Amino acid sequence: MIKLSAEDITQQSGPLELPPQDSCHVYSRDFSVFYGDNEAVKKVTLGVPRAQVTAIIGPSGCGKSTYLRAVNRMNDLIPRCRAEGELIFDGENVYGPRVDVVALRRRIGMVFQKPNPFPKSVFDNVAYGPRIHGVSGRNELAGIVERSLTRAALWDEVRDRLSANALGLSGGQQQRLCIARALAVDPEMLLMDEPTSALDPKATSRIEDLIGELREQYTIVIVTHNMQQAARVSDFTAFLYEGALIEFGPTQQIFTKPRQKRTEDYITGRFG
Amino acid sequence: MPKHLHRQMDKLKREVLSLGAVVEDGVRKAVQALEGRDAALAEDVIKRDVDVDQAEVNLEEECLKILALYQPVAIDLRFIVAVLKLNSDLERIGDLAVNIAERALYISEHGAAQFPLDFGKMAREAQQMLKMSLDALVNMDARLAREVCAADDAVDAINRQMYIQVQESIRKTPEHMEGLIHLLSASRHLERIADHATNIAEDVVYMVEGEIIRHRAEDYRDGTAGGEGAGDPGQG
Repeated sequence: MIKLSAEDITQQSGPLELPPQDSCHVYSRDFSVFYGDNEAVKKVTLGVPRAQVTAIIGPSGCGKSTYLRAVNRMNDLIPRCRAEGELIFDGENVYGPRVDVVALRRRIGMVFQKPNPFPKSVFDNVAYGPRIHGVSGRNELAGIVERSLTRAALWDEVRDRLSANALGLSGGQQQRLCIARALAVDPEMLLMDEPTSALDPKATSRIEDLIGELREQYTIVIVTHNMQQAARVSDFTAFLYEGALIEFGPTQQIFTKPRQKRTEDYITGRFG
Repeated sequence: MPKHLHRQMDKLKREVLSLGAVVEDGVRKAVQALEGRDAALAEDVIKRDVDVDQAEVNLEEECLKILALYQPVAIDLRFIVAVLKLNSDLERIGDLAVNIAERALYISEHGAAQFPLDFGKMAREAQQMLKMSLDALVNMDARLAREVCAADDAVDAINRQMYIQVQESIRKTPEHMEGLIHLLSASRHLERIADHATNIAEDVVYMVEGEIIRHRAEDYRDGTAGGEGAGDPGQG
């Protein structure tokens, strides 16, 4: 059963059904994130099913990106940001005392809103992570680069210019390169923070197709402002509002028959 | 964007209600023409069918436009889907009103057979179902819509009764056979109108509650079927 903040519990028509915890790759329980005194994520209990795509939607400032960044502790880099409650990844509390954050981020890759390739060659961008993690053999690196670029549906476009500067690629290619870079360290999960908001429709469509292909092997969480995108690419959708989880369910149900009036009002554009 | 969408949806709602009113009026006049042997009234119903056909096409185009331009979701999507479906039902009801008017024309021209039983009762039941289904649509009232679904059995029963009565009447007064067959057809048309009203009511339940209740007559026949959906989309 899901627990929301007090004001939401009163408006809840019934318990929301979360997937069983053992089928979830990430499970947060009463999880909050604070920026100073401001509680940006409020006691969210949410399960992210393994090897599925989960979309997080909600109006600006609802805490969706904060929640996403909390999963691989990217928020640690923000001063005065702290977390409370539990966020379990693969059976272990991400905020536990013995967690190796670098190892955690290897297992949970991230793709950002704007493509952010390093000003290096295509090859070096993808090889960057494996090198940091100790892979040095030229052949081994070349294998990882090809495999990662292939998985990111970019190999055919860049195979002949692996030594060219990555900044010369188009925006859509750069974003797929960033996905390849994230895949190169063999993560289990990908966090995507509005990965197509800076791309044109064609590049957006390629990334969405790619998400469809990657869902077979990776657990994906995507934050998006584009409601149609959430509907198209995800298996599950979570709706956050003012830091609280309002509704979680199969995407098809959320977009045809949401249970909560606030979800309906938001996705039909009546507020937010 | 949503503002444009909701403006379009309001317009669509006005148009579907106006089509509903025209169709309801057509059925009422067709039954009146039949009962009163009123050829002029029957002609009027037949003439106005072209307006119903045109309105149906316009409504469908509106729905397709909204789907293509706005990709509505949740209650908006359910509303468009319901309108697309009940639009066809309304058009078919318009056609059935024409069929009844044609029976009325024949009977007015070829002399009247006595109505074998209370034809008026059946006509009133079917018209009431149509009216209720349209009221349910206007008020997004799933409970009323379920009542329409439950009422369909009564009209079916009267239609079966009518068949037996007409059979007997033909035996007794074979000289009125043709007129009686036309009456039986009219009865059948009314029964079909009740079926379409039921379809509309089912679409209204889907629109309000998001639940498809077709082919589940036993669920609502006893009037206990629940489905007070949490997502009451009263804001339309």
